[in-house]
Amino acid sequence: MKIEFTLNNEKLSIDVDASRRLLDLLRDDLGMSSVKEGCGEGECGACVVLVNGRAMNSCILPAGAIIGKSVVTLESFKHTDRYKAIEAGFLKAGSVQCGFCTPGFIISTESLLNQNPNPTDEEIKEGLSGNLCRCTGYNMIIKGVRLAMEMGAGLW
Amino acid sequence: MVNGLRPKNLDEALEILSKQQCTVIAGGTDLMVQRARGFAIAPAFDKPLLFIEHLSELKKIYIDDEGIHIGACAILTDIIQNETIPSIFKEMIEQMASPPTRNMATIAGNICNASPAGDTLPYLYAVNAKVKLKNINSTRIVNVSDFIISPKKTCMRSDELLTDIIIPDKEFEHNYYRKLGQRKGMSLTKVSLLAMADVSDGKILDIRITLGSVAASIVRSPEAEKYMTGKDTSEIKAVTETILGKYNNLIRPIDDARSTAIYRKKTSLRLIKDFLEKIS
Repeated sequence: MKIEFTLNNEKLSIDVDASRRLLDLLRDDLGMSSVKEGCGEGECGACVVLVNGRAMNSCILPAGAIIGKSVVTLESFKHTDRYKAIEAGFLKAGSVQCGFCTPGFIISTESLLNQNPNPTDEEIKEGLSGNLCRCTGYNMIIKGVRLAMEMGAGLW
Repeated sequence: MVNGLRPKNLDEALEILSKQQCTVIAGGTDLMVQRARGFAIAPAFDKPLLFIEHLSELKKIYIDDEGIHIGACAILTDIIQNETIPSIFKEMIEQMASPPTRNMATIAGNICNASPAGDTLPYLYAVNAKVKLKNINSTRIVNVSDFIISPKKTCMRSDELLTDIIIPDKEFEHNYYRKLGQRKGMSLTKVSLLAMADVSDGKILDIRITLGSVAASIVRSPEAEKYMTGKDTSEIKAVTETILGKYNNLIRPIDDARSTAIYRKKTSLRLIKDFLEKIS
């Protein structure tokens, strides 16, 4: 199936299996290695990317469903001021240990703050409930998000 | 390699379905997991995929004489944020999966997947929700409880598309929902109970109780509901055992990876009891 979509602000046209997972399309075909495979069934959030500004699990999203859409991964998001605020918050709070889950957490943080620039701790937990981390525990990540929203106040 | 079809509008989708058998993809969050073949391999589908998620005609949520219509491709996130949706139904949907999955998943998919653990089903059965099914020539409206025949099986024909879910525009006075899972986020249901009632001057005018994941389909007892209707809430305590007895035979859970039959049975009855205590 011919898939035309925008990846990191660049228009692309690619011929792939309609059921190919967006995760494999991004990672294997297009070299976007920030997108990780964890569980492969939409539970862990390591593969989360932004599709038209909303966080989605790329491991259960078929390629045929992204025609005409805008997909954003960390490869371009890292150049934004919002990313820099999230990075600073995560660094300060020690939200990163092995780092495998981090791209997914960053994308979910962006998706959350985009919808709600001033979430409570409870709302942060809910917003990140689709992302699993096996190293840090969640307190440092929640703190990282809170620092990011304080340091990046006005960006969302 | 599986072929993908992307119709421009609903009519074109129905025309495609009139000519060939397809697997319809709305959010894909269940199908992509069920057909997964592992790392870097495209999930296996034996029929062409018909993508409908982009069809704006199927995303609308609106009220008319029939009730509240929820378009088949309205995602759970949009349904939660829509002000016309009854609050208890929103509360139930908020407990499903996670934000990234709710940005993709649909109620229509939850219905068509026909799992006894489908988390929108206790509500849809309790309010006698209907689905609108269309093919190229005709439209039919079917109760959700008739649409789902058995686990994984529905009465949808291969040339039909589920276009709308129709629920009554009604809020109940008492609403009680408990979803029991292994944890709070991203959990599949072990047992769920939805109970709703209208009480006026201490008298039960309308009561609905449904249970999920504890039998081959959603459990609802018209007999028990009829028995409770018209009673004074102060009378309920004395007849609690009689009421539980009416549910006892309908609750036929199984042991599986998520829970055990005995846990599910005992917890179901305790949840019903807890609700009855709360309204009396």
